Amino acid sequence: MKGTPLDRAQTRLSGDRRGILDPLLAPFLAFNAILAYTFLYLPMVILVLFSFSISRYASMWGGFSLEWYVKLFHNPELSQALFNSLLIAAATTLIATVLGTLAALGLERVPDRRRASHYDAALTLPILVPDIVQGIALLLFFVLVFNGLERVLDWRPTLGRLTVIIAHTAFAISYVAVVVRARLSGMQKSFEEAAMDLGANEWEAFWQVTLPLIWPGVLSGGLLAFTLSLDEFVLTFFTSGAGATTLPIQVWSMVKRGVTPEINALSTLMLLTSMTLVTLSVGLQRRR
Amino acid sequence: MPPALWLGLFAFLPLGTVAAISVMQRGSPITWELTLSNYGRLADPLLLMILARSLWMASVTTGLCLVIGYPLAYFIVQRRTSVRTLLYFFTLVPLWTNSLVLIYAWMVLLRGDGVVDQVARASGWLATHESLNWLYTPGAVIAGLVYWYLPFMVYPIYASLEKLDWRLYEAAQDLGASCLAAFRSVLLPLTWPGVLAGALLVFIPALSNFVVPQFLGGAKVALIGNVIQERFLSQPQDWPLGSALALAMMFLISLAIWAYFKFAHEGDAVG
Repeated sequence: MKGTPLDRAQTRLSGDRRGILDPLLAPFLAFNAILAYTFLYLPMVILVLFSFSISRYASMWGGFSLEWYVKLFHNPELSQALFNSLLIAAATTLIATVLGTLAALGLERVPDRRRASHYDAALTLPILVPDIVQGIALLLFFVLVFNGLERVLDWRPTLGRLTVIIAHTAFAISYVAVVVRARLSGMQKSFEEAAMDLGANEWEAFWQVTLPLIWPGVLSGGLLAFTLSLDEFVLTFFTSGAGATTLPIQVWSMVKRGVTPEINALSTLMLLTSMTLVTLSVGLQRRR
Repeated sequence: MPPALWLGLFAFLPLGTVAAISVMQRGSPITWELTLSNYGRLADPLLLMILARSLWMASVTTGLCLVIGYPLAYFIVQRRTSVRTLLYFFTLVPLWTNSLVLIYAWMVLLRGDGVVDQVARASGWLATHESLNWLYTPGAVIAGLVYWYLPFMVYPIYASLEKLDWRLYEAAQDLGASCLAAFRSVLLPLTWPGVLAGALLVFIPALSNFVVPQFLGGAKVALIGNVIQERFLSQPQDWPLGSALALAMMFLISLAIWAYFKFAHEGDAVG
């Protein structure tokens, strides 16, 4: 039933397949996998398909057309949202990549392992606190700071792109730090030490040895920060006020007005953008 | 250390702010007088019903993700290296795409005269002008939540299966254990930390999600996240009540985290 002992020994030696499939279990596992991938990808495929449909109804097929994409590009609300999204994502990427890399480098230098694990826990905390709680917390925090500023300077800032950038950076730092740390842990400290033995000072060793070595990790973390910022909805929802509508916020308000083929087209573009970015980021992480 | 300062300023300090606002009087939006009345107002039957529904739906979502996710992770880990990497990547892609857009795709599928209705009519299961009316039901909300969080379950289980010493599993089978017995006595205890981590990663965000119930549940299937969001951003605003609700939710979440550490510890003792 389970194959000859020789087969099993070979499978084990090849190290490629793990465990022995019970012949009764195998079809069930394959069936479950097919269902799961269909479940994950069918909605996306249908959305993309219908974005090219000429029909005025968002879930009806009426023949191929690029009409909804053309409409999208002539929507002034949307170009403003796109501009906001790109600006916020670019600023977030810049700040989060620098600070996240610094955090990772700093953690690598903490000699005490117990303390290092506490810092690690602090970095993952923003991942464990639900985004809605982070959102309202940031909103309250900004309002309190604004109240203070108004009292002291007689000037009250408003929620907008700047508050969104701060909110995005606060959570993107963690992700960048985790990615860069993974890269650092695979790196030998001896390179940096060798450079310093050969007369480089700490600064030169960093720029000429450490940074080039961790650069793929930094780039990949930066790409991740950019993707996360472009896609982030909940924190933006609470911290953007009326002035900084981003693409996800635009999708939210369009959906609340009703399901339209225009949203299909916009969604398709957003899906393709994040998939491209993620593929790039993963490719960078895997590069030696 | 600027990064630690940054995290403290924008991640920890705000949590304290929520706690502070939850003991203030309601005003426009806040009157600065200490009170515990917001917590009394949580005992509203409607709020309690929504809280119970959120807990129930988050639990069902976690269970379904486990039932689909464990066999899926097991399936992936048994492929040969190249296929495995690809399948794993395809499991994680939805994590990094815009969930709002993905949930919107479900509206296109489920709404009246939507794709599911059309397929059902074409196959003769449904009469021409009838609709299944699956949108705005509890089932639709659970489907959306499972869809959103399935990768969160697969990821840690896959990681623990990947690290597993499969010779232990084979030894159990060589010693005559049936597939089920080998699973129960070897595989499950050794991958238990992954299962628990996955359950936590699904349960916490599923409990607080407000996008899925808004899109797929409508007004009929509101969850606790919707109530919190509305108290802050819709009229009539009530920030202190919203903060108290958020803290109550955080309390439930810390119970879940406490259970996680308790069970993770017991798992150590068994394994």
